[in-house]
Amino acid sequence: MSKSKINIISPSNNSESTEIRIGVYLCHCGVNIGGVINMDEMVKFAQKLPNVVIARQYKFYCSDNGQAEIARDIRDGLVNRVVVAACSPRMHESTFRRVLVDEGLNPFYFVQANIREHATWVNMNDPAGAQRIAQDHVRMQVAKARELRALKPQKVMVKPSALIIGAGIAGINTALDLANQGFHVYLVEKEPTIGGHMAQLDKTFPTMDCSSCILTPKMVEISRNPNITVMAYSEIEHVDGYVGNFQVQIRKKAHYVDQLKCTGCGECAQHCPVSVGNEFDLGLSHRKAIYIPFPQAVPGLYTIDMEHCIKCGICASTTVCEPQAINFDDQDEIDTIEVGTIIVATGYDPIDVSNLGNYGYGRFENVITGLEMERNLSSTGPNLGHPVRPSDGTSPKSIVWIQCVGSRDTREGYHPYCSRVCCMYAIKQARQYKEKHPEAQCYIFYIDIRAFGKGYEEFYELASHEYGIKFMRGRLAEIQENPDKSLLIRAEDTFLAQPIEINVDMVVLSIGLETTHDSGKIASMLAIQKSTDGFFMEAHPKLRPVDSLTDGIFIAGVAQGPKDIPDAVSQAKGAAAGAAILMAKGEVEVEPYFSIVQPALCSGCRSCINQCPFGAITFDEILQIAHINPIKCKGCGTCASTCPSNAILQNHFTTKQLMAIIDGVLGDYQV
Amino acid sequence: MIKSKIEDNPSSEVIDKDFEPFILGIFCNWCTYTGCDQAGTSRMQRPANLRVMRVMCSGRVEPEMVIEALKRGADGVLIGACHIGDCHYVNGNHKTVRRMPVLVNLIEQYGFNPNRVWLRHISASEGAELTEIVKEYVKILKELGPNPLKNQKSR
Repeated sequence: MSKSKINIISPSNNSESTEIRIGVYLCHCGVNIGGVINMDEMVKFAQKLPNVVIARQYKFYCSDNGQAEIARDIRDGLVNRVVVAACSPRMHESTFRRVLVDEGLNPFYFVQANIREHATWVNMNDPAGAQRIAQDHVRMQVAKARELRALKPQKVMVKPSALIIGAGIAGINTALDLANQGFHVYLVEKEPTIGGHMAQLDKTFPTMDCSSCILTPKMVEISRNPNITVMAYSEIEHVDGYVGNFQVQIRKKAHYVDQLKCTGCGECAQHCPVSVGNEFDLGLSHRKAIYIPFPQAVPGLYTIDMEHCIKCGICASTTVCEPQAINFDDQDEIDTIEVGTIIVATGYDPIDVSNLGNYGYGRFENVITGLEMERNLSSTGPNLGHPVRPSDGTSPKSIVWIQCVGSRDTREGYHPYCSRVCCMYAIKQARQYKEKHPEAQCYIFYIDIRAFGKGYEEFYELASHEYGIKFMRGRLAEIQENPDKSLLIRAEDTFLAQPIEINVDMVVLSIGLETTHDSGKIASMLAIQKSTDGFFMEAHPKLRPVDSLTDGIFIAGVAQGPKDIPDAVSQAKGAAAGAAILMAKGEVEVEPYFSIVQPALCSGCRSCINQCPFGAITFDEILQIAHINPIKCKGCGTCASTCPSNAILQNHFTTKQLMAIIDGVLGDYQV
Repeated sequence: MIKSKIEDNPSSEVIDKDFEPFILGIFCNWCTYTGCDQAGTSRMQRPANLRVMRVMCSGRVEPEMVIEALKRGADGVLIGACHIGDCHYVNGNHKTVRRMPVLVNLIEQYGFNPNRVWLRHISASEGAELTEIVKEYVKILKELGPNPLKNQKSR
């Protein structure tokens, strides 16, 4: 109770008992608003609205000069409520609230009318219509401004620990950056090893660094850092809480091998009689039912794949496993951790080409994917770095790479976006193959070559001029298999505007990246949003590319959208910085949009209690009224709309305020 | 107060070609409001009929708000919520979904056409869907004609 009282300044407070003087500030936003609607008319319109003492216009109110104009009016005692009509409040609400705070006015005496995203940008060819909407939006916010109440921003503590979901190159970099600043990091990875897709790559463009050589030292650094708890073979089960105070349940999947006893000696795998396709090599090589995914895995401890284990017990015998680490009765465990921030670095899935009919993948033996080629080129891969035709094991004398497989394609089942890495990895693979087989013919069929990064264009130029890789601008029409398992490619050369046919030994499909199959589940658990392309959505595409829309949750790497390793690492470091800012400060202000029960109005019916998804409402048996815990309340306002006695106020969205908006905008129509 | 039953059916009377329906959008902050912003940043053009009121969750929408808007002459109310399973507040949108049949029934009892209130699930990335929905709603409301309670004053 006491908590709610301090957050609402009573009506006897000076600023609420004095006359309401609203200032309306109409922003041109350059030509974004001012170029569509008549701002002079807008000023005249706003001036006539009740309680508006002044209406002004300016080119950019978010600029220093613009903010200063508002500040001056507050300082001069001219206005005590501020309405800025400009962009979306999601863009600049916090900017303008600070102006009020600096001038000693409560920040919740500010409201923003969205006349850009919701008016001038969507009614660009209908200035009269845009004007009508803009006027109504101003009218709505002026009506709300009359009903505003002072609120005290809530401060919550931020725990100095972070959860990182996904331990690929992005998650690893974020983890190291945070751990090295002294924060505790829980690094959760669903696979038995950290490293992600980068561990599967052979070399990295454009510098031709060996992927493992730059990744595995980082993986070892992770395992040695005392501030990092690696939770491999684990998945997020449930997330509760809010910025600074998340409670996360993590399912640690059963290894059936005691991870404390296992020494990683590998005796068990040598004796295991079961052989299955190794996922790490995309099924191109074999592993045992008891396995580590690859020799440099971290943690390098064994796991039994129970789907394939025949429980023969050979590995469990003391002659095989001396430390007696095998435990067939092992079970999943649920750990609960408390963290202040969460970083989502879940990466991607390669596009599944078996769904894409006309490329012949799965039907023609010598059609493989770019990732399979990568494993083929890798010295630790199934062919020890010498790519061969799957049909006969010989080195192909000619290879075609087909670009944009599954990307930049508007057909059903494909993705309209560019996957941003395929051009470069195809060029890289062709160069690698040419280095091993200079006599081989290498073709790349492309739509556009996108060599945008630092050193990429030079890498591409060299591939074409020095390596003799043939770049054919044209999209594939059809692939046919010849009797000798070579492939006939039919395409159009769009430079010469004529159809072409080539017979080649092997085809590599440059498959793109798509969001992970379980990203929907993760988005729901964390209450973060996804973009149209399925990847996680950033708070602002340019200015907040690593923040999610939920405070305290950040996005890093390909989880946010396709990107290459340098970009994924930059973003990972950005996300680490974002999380560190919150944790270093130790506390954060959150919007005080929680709900309050007005004791005098509450009839004690308890309808609100089961409406609350957060268990924030309890029943006070002595007073026979409901009570809302402002810390647990997340401010959805569902209880307020349920209360039959109108006893619940949702801060900043009170029934009175919302009704004022409706009445304000529809006042002219009143019947 | 609304005293007698309202007649609200598409009439065969001369359709007012200049009639521009007034749509009040009540959008949740996390999905539909953000999606509406996205439509703006992507410059997706739509007819100028939608006014937007922001609430934190569609669960905050009181039936009284919809009734009030209709009573005061809004031609349509578009409630925008997250998709089921995507609610920022776990399940606020479920509650809205459950309230809708009662609300529609209520406005029908008043005599309003049930199309005067729509609930649509529009995510933060579905600016294109929002644009299509608004276009469709405008078309339907134009066929339906003005809110019968609206006075003749035009704007």
